[in-house]
Amino acid sequence: MAEILVLVDHVDETIRKTTTELLTLARRAGEPAAVFIGSGYESVKDTLAQFGAAKVYVADAPELSEYLVAPKAEVLAQIAAAASPAAVLITSSPDGKETAARLAVKLGSGIITDATDVAADLTTTQSVFAGGYTVTAKVTHGAPVITVKPNAVNPEPAPSTPAEEKVEVVLSDAARTAKIVDRQPRAATGRPELAEAAVVVSGGRGTGGDFGPVEALADALGAAVGASRAAVDSGWYPHAYQVGQTGTTVSPQLYIAAGISGAIQHRAGMQTSKTVVVVNKDAEAPIFAMADFGVVGDLHAVLPQATEEIVRRQG
Amino acid sequence: MKIVVLVKHVPDATADRTFSDADHTTDRIGVDGLLSELDEYAVEEALTIAEAGDSEVVVLTMGPEQAADALRKGLQMGASSAVHVLDDSLHGSDAVATSLVLEKAIRKVGDVDLILTGMASTDGGMSVVPAMLGERLGLPHVGFVGELTVADGTVTGRRDGDAASETIEAGLPAVVSVTDQINEPRYPSFKGIMAAKKKPFETWSLADLDIDPGQVGLGAAWSVVEAVTKRPPRSAGEVVADEGDGGVKLAEFLAAQKFV
Repeated sequence: MAEILVLVDHVDETIRKTTTELLTLARRAGEPAAVFIGSGYESVKDTLAQFGAAKVYVADAPELSEYLVAPKAEVLAQIAAAASPAAVLITSSPDGKETAARLAVKLGSGIITDATDVAADLTTTQSVFAGGYTVTAKVTHGAPVITVKPNAVNPEPAPSTPAEEKVEVVLSDAARTAKIVDRQPRAATGRPELAEAAVVVSGGRGTGGDFGPVEALADALGAAVGASRAAVDSGWYPHAYQVGQTGTTVSPQLYIAAGISGAIQHRAGMQTSKTVVVVNKDAEAPIFAMADFGVVGDLHAVLPQATEEIVRRQG
Repeated sequence: MKIVVLVKHVPDATADRTFSDADHTTDRIGVDGLLSELDEYAVEEALTIAEAGDSEVVVLTMGPEQAADALRKGLQMGASSAVHVLDDSLHGSDAVATSLVLEKAIRKVGDVDLILTGMASTDGGMSVVPAMLGERLGLPHVGFVGELTVADGTVTGRRDGDAASETIEAGLPAVVSVTDQINEPRYPSFKGIMAAKKKPFETWSLADLDIDPGQVGLGAAWSVVEAVTKRPPRSAGEVVADEGDGGVKLAEFLAAQKFV
């Protein structure tokens, strides 16, 4: 069976849920071969084994954390040249897309980004034009390089004992041109990562700057907190939490939009959510058109009441 | 310093964007187009950098005839000159071919110190062309930059990811893509609109770039769209007015859907 390379998405010794999704997809199409680039393999190897990696390529070198992205693409290309994979799967994040872009040029491969599904024959599904269209596509030249959106599939455990192969890292000068001179990790909030969360509660202009009700509801549901562009531009919440075309695109099971009118650039960021709930004072807000359930009312009253009822039901 | 800003003419996102039935490419005729909103931030950044020193800003695009409008907007905002790569054979080009064409165009412009782009086009939204250009030109690429400084032959950019905020340094020449956090794009002034009409505007074909038509266009694409299905708009579900119990009803809905 042909190898499907899966670039392991990890940060600060933690593996991202997206990697387990990629491994699950890879299993449909071939033999998943995880590629771990950087330090901290020991802390993630069990998860890779648990989710069916048949093989793991491990590439570690101090330089990898000093230079931005290009080294990852170079190491992946090295591995692909030797392994001749049937495809390469990478998470659709800014770093992931850059890695995929460089890799496609290096390998002479076609590239498809933001797949919401990948079939056994490597046909991809995408949701485009703010959810207006579903597109199926396929790479027709070279080993397909595919970036996959978080929450594309439910990760399926498939315990295995992967063969480990250590890869010697040899970086060209060209890979060492964008230097990371400073890094400030974000403080952990205790809430799930926005891009991967199963439930997201977002606040917009209607919060008036007070995200308390939004956060309380999110915590009652074990959800991530999101913010509209208006809320971020007003300085009420950091850009890292912005949901929308120019922020993070989310695809949770449940998306609750509070005080958000639903401009197209916001809808583009959450239109593949399975269930959408809207709370807004304005009955004419465009976002109601995509709500599975909506309350026309003041979120400062509705959200706390909902939170209280949820907590009561949870006993 | 010579700055090249890559821009794209895209269908208006607020209109009903669609695909051509004939070949599944984006319909660029039926819907009005404009300069991609995210590219405005790149143009603005280039102009701000240029105004600080003695630099020229070249706006560059690859696109059909009406793509010239995107270049005109850049000139009106204050860019020094424009280059339009226009050729029928380019129709249906994928990202890989687009990056090849833009690479050749940038080399033909010559002596380029900085290449600025937006973080994504608002139609394809792939965010891959800038990195591909970095790869093809052998230049550093710093992507998704929210704050940028250019001084002494070095670019310093801040990227705000979800896990961390990073500061990146790279020597010029470099490719930098910027987010919508970086600045507030200016509106063209009346003077700018008038002055734009006299600015140098070149149109280059594939032959001018020494590119074989067989390397680009729909037929040469390395991926193919198999089907395009219009999604039915999400039908609105139940919407209730809050009469003092809206929150409870919300919780009941979530419980019925097994979220609670």
